[in-house]
Amino acid sequence: MSLTPAELTSSVSGGIGSSPQRPDGNLKVRGEYAYASDLWHEDMIWGATLRSPHPYAKILSIDLTEALKVPGVYAVLTHQDVPGRNLYGLEHKDQPVLAEDVVRYQGEPVALVGADHPETALRAMKRIKVEYEVLTPVVDMETAIDDTPLHPGGNLVRHVPIRRGDVSAKADVVVTGRYEVGMQDQAFLGPESGLAVPAEDGGVDLYIATQWLHVDQKQIASALGMPLPKVRLTLSGVGGAFGGREDLSMQVHACLLALHTGKPTKMVYNREESFYGHVHRHPAVLYYEHGADHTGKLVYVKAKIYLDGGAYASSTSAVVANAATLGIGPYEVHNLSIDAWGVYTNNPPCGAMRGFGAVQAAFAYESQMDKLAEALGMDPVDVRIMNAMTEGTLMPTGQVVDSAAPVAQLLKLVKDKPLPPPSGSVGSAGSAGVDLRNLPGGVSNTTHGEGVVRGVGYAVGIKNICFSEGYDDYSTARVRLQVINGEPAALAHTAACEVGQGLVTIMQQIVRSELGVERVTILPMDTSIGNGGSTSASRQTYVTGGAVRAACLAVKDKLAKLAAGRSTTDLVELLGDQVIDETVEWRHRATEPLDPVTGQGNAHVQYGFAAHRAVVDVDIELGVVKVVELDCAQDVGKALNPQAVIGQIQGGSAQGLGLAVMEEIQTAGGKVRNPSFTDYLIPTVLDMPPMSIDVLELADPNAPYGVRGVGEPPTISSTPAIVAAIRNATGLALTRVPVRPEHITNT
Amino acid sequence: MRVNVTVNGEQRQADDVWEGESLLYVLRERLGLPGSKNACEQGECGSCTVYLDDVPVCSCLVAAGQAQDREVRTVEGLAEGDALDPVQEAFVEAGAVQCGFCTPGLVVAAHDLVNRVPDPSDPEIREALAGNLCRCTGYEKILDAVRLAARKKSAQQKSAR
Repeated sequence: MSLTPAELTSSVSGGIGSSPQRPDGNLKVRGEYAYASDLWHEDMIWGATLRSPHPYAKILSIDLTEALKVPGVYAVLTHQDVPGRNLYGLEHKDQPVLAEDVVRYQGEPVALVGADHPETALRAMKRIKVEYEVLTPVVDMETAIDDTPLHPGGNLVRHVPIRRGDVSAKADVVVTGRYEVGMQDQAFLGPESGLAVPAEDGGVDLYIATQWLHVDQKQIASALGMPLPKVRLTLSGVGGAFGGREDLSMQVHACLLALHTGKPTKMVYNREESFYGHVHRHPAVLYYEHGADHTGKLVYVKAKIYLDGGAYASSTSAVVANAATLGIGPYEVHNLSIDAWGVYTNNPPCGAMRGFGAVQAAFAYESQMDKLAEALGMDPVDVRIMNAMTEGTLMPTGQVVDSAAPVAQLLKLVKDKPLPPPSGSVGSAGSAGVDLRNLPGGVSNTTHGEGVVRGVGYAVGIKNICFSEGYDDYSTARVRLQVINGEPAALAHTAACEVGQGLVTIMQQIVRSELGVERVTILPMDTSIGNGGSTSASRQTYVTGGAVRAACLAVKDKLAKLAAGRSTTDLVELLGDQVIDETVEWRHRATEPLDPVTGQGNAHVQYGFAAHRAVVDVDIELGVVKVVELDCAQDVGKALNPQAVIGQIQGGSAQGLGLAVMEEIQTAGGKVRNPSFTDYLIPTVLDMPPMSIDVLELADPNAPYGVRGVGEPPTISSTPAIVAAIRNATGLALTRVPVRPEHITNT
Repeated sequence: MRVNVTVNGEQRQADDVWEGESLLYVLRERLGLPGSKNACEQGECGSCTVYLDDVPVCSCLVAAGQAQDREVRTVEGLAEGDALDPVQEAFVEAGAVQCGFCTPGLVVAAHDLVNRVPDPSDPEIREALAGNLCRCTGYEKILDAVRLAARKKSAQQKSAR
């Protein structure tokens, strides 16, 4: 008798579809989980970074003399101490590890100090004398292409055009608009940090909080002039990421100090430095024209989208492609002319943040859909449903949407939810009158309901999942099965970064379901195994989940061979002393580049959709907004861990709320005006309303278990839904996010 | 300078402390207790919340010298051996932990709330936790965790009676 792999595995609890506890949960609530900033090494020193105070300047000279005299200082380094290539970058190698003759943004690293105490390092840093010749910064994204070139190839990072159909087609109703999106920050709570330990072989071991170990390793090795095997990375605890850890921050700097001094070197940014130390969400200016027939059916869309990449390219190329290819939203339109430009300026560098490219476009196209509904005298949800894409729709790129696209259904779900009670209702405090905590302004006691207006708004969004445009996007997983202490036990190893989202739980769940083994250990993520790809683009459950599953299937094949001719199905008996250990590289289906002239091509792997309904109360006298309720419906294909899926939707929606009403890095002449949590506000528990959430599970036949990436879609539709609700309450046009009080009061 | 302080019931001593060092720095870097987190170091995020003589404070805003001869209880001092405090259990069970960087501060703040208010209303929970920033969860599951913790705590007290 021979058994099929399926018969060899029994069902155990904690598999896919359930919500087992996170393997790192107990350590995290006890305060014992080791984040990068918690690391400690015998004899370690502390690094500090001297940054440029100017957005654009020539460096005339750097004098280290006084800094080197400070007792306790081990090293002061400049670009001259970078042994390898002093340029790095995710898509374009354009960013120096340490500035040479020019600085292109305020906060650009110029020199490093290594010292025995963080305070010593800071004091020495202040004694470094840098002479600058200040230059006029380029700060306007719309004119940057024709302004002073900041890089050898000029200021255009990428232009993506999309041309399809005939945009001169006749429309009965035309609406136009100019929209602006401010610069949002990821504001992860765990600051950039890591510990570099010089190794006996002349290489370095780096313990680091990042989103992609292998791309860091490659860039660090290039800057250090070392072969890859001498630069070994291990993921330490990561305190959130949201795109802000895709680029290097202190990685090379800590390695340089460690190798130069021979001492383990720790670097931890404080909050202010963190604002300068990572890329932000691209600010955008977007011009749209929508034409529709008298029934509301869209005839054409024209769009021109400008994205400010700041001083260095980072992931601007991919952001531009997303803004263009997703630029009309989840709607079916056949006549299109879209242009998106990503440019260099002397503003802070911008790159990845949750939903990149799609977030900016969604604010504009959803504002346009509301404008169109108003021009037609239609209900804003009806006009969306009439134009909603479905499975089979052609994307602006000509790509066929070949799995579920339940856009209309998601909109109906949020529309049909009961509305919350009217503003000023008595809260649970139960005192006479209103509960201040439920009103705009809260316990600041700015209103007892007078001047408060209620509004309701809707939005729906689309995001590409996984890496696009022909990128060889894969993950590597190793799964081992053996008997330990008389019990079957499995181990899974990848280099895919756990940043808080719960990948470690998902990996355990997949192994449990595939192998029928309850005890699953997740090895620390490091570069001793092959590339796991980036923790971004909502891709890890899909791609690393797919790799772990494939490795389990390889293990099951081996198990089936062991079982051949034997009657037992008991894993312990079958395995005996044998260890099955399989490593697999797994890829999602291939994509294609975009045609550089028409923007046509099967560029994306999968699409994710979410819809929101926002209910707001606005104090129109003070311009203060209280989001009363924020409901969401999202298709996730298959919820491998329902609790974690809901957590992603709630967290993603909160970041969208932040962009709608409070979050912006404000710059003036390229300088950041609010690099602190006092001045850059993120939602608190008082700002975040209750959410009612519907999760659809319409399996994608192309994806492992049918999953659809979850992390980004809820961030996309949250912002425009809230702004639509504020417009509904106030009747104002509101073409810029975040909406500030003065936009409402016109003061 | 030298700082003597009782931390999690133990008499501790830190030497060579600079006058400018915060209680947070001393806990993390000198006393081997990195559980309290350093997310903003200006009292905005609450990640460094500890009890100072039974009152929750942002330890980043307390000068180390101010803790002299006082009692500090950190997140590391809430569990009893392997047994988590009901607040800690509730955070894990409710899915209130994602990256977890805000968790130590929130756990201490929530611990204080459910000890003071046995059955807190939602507005009371929101008000009590308003000084603790979380960037991952959108707070909904943190509210779930505090409600669950309050139920666990009252069940514990009933069974103790």
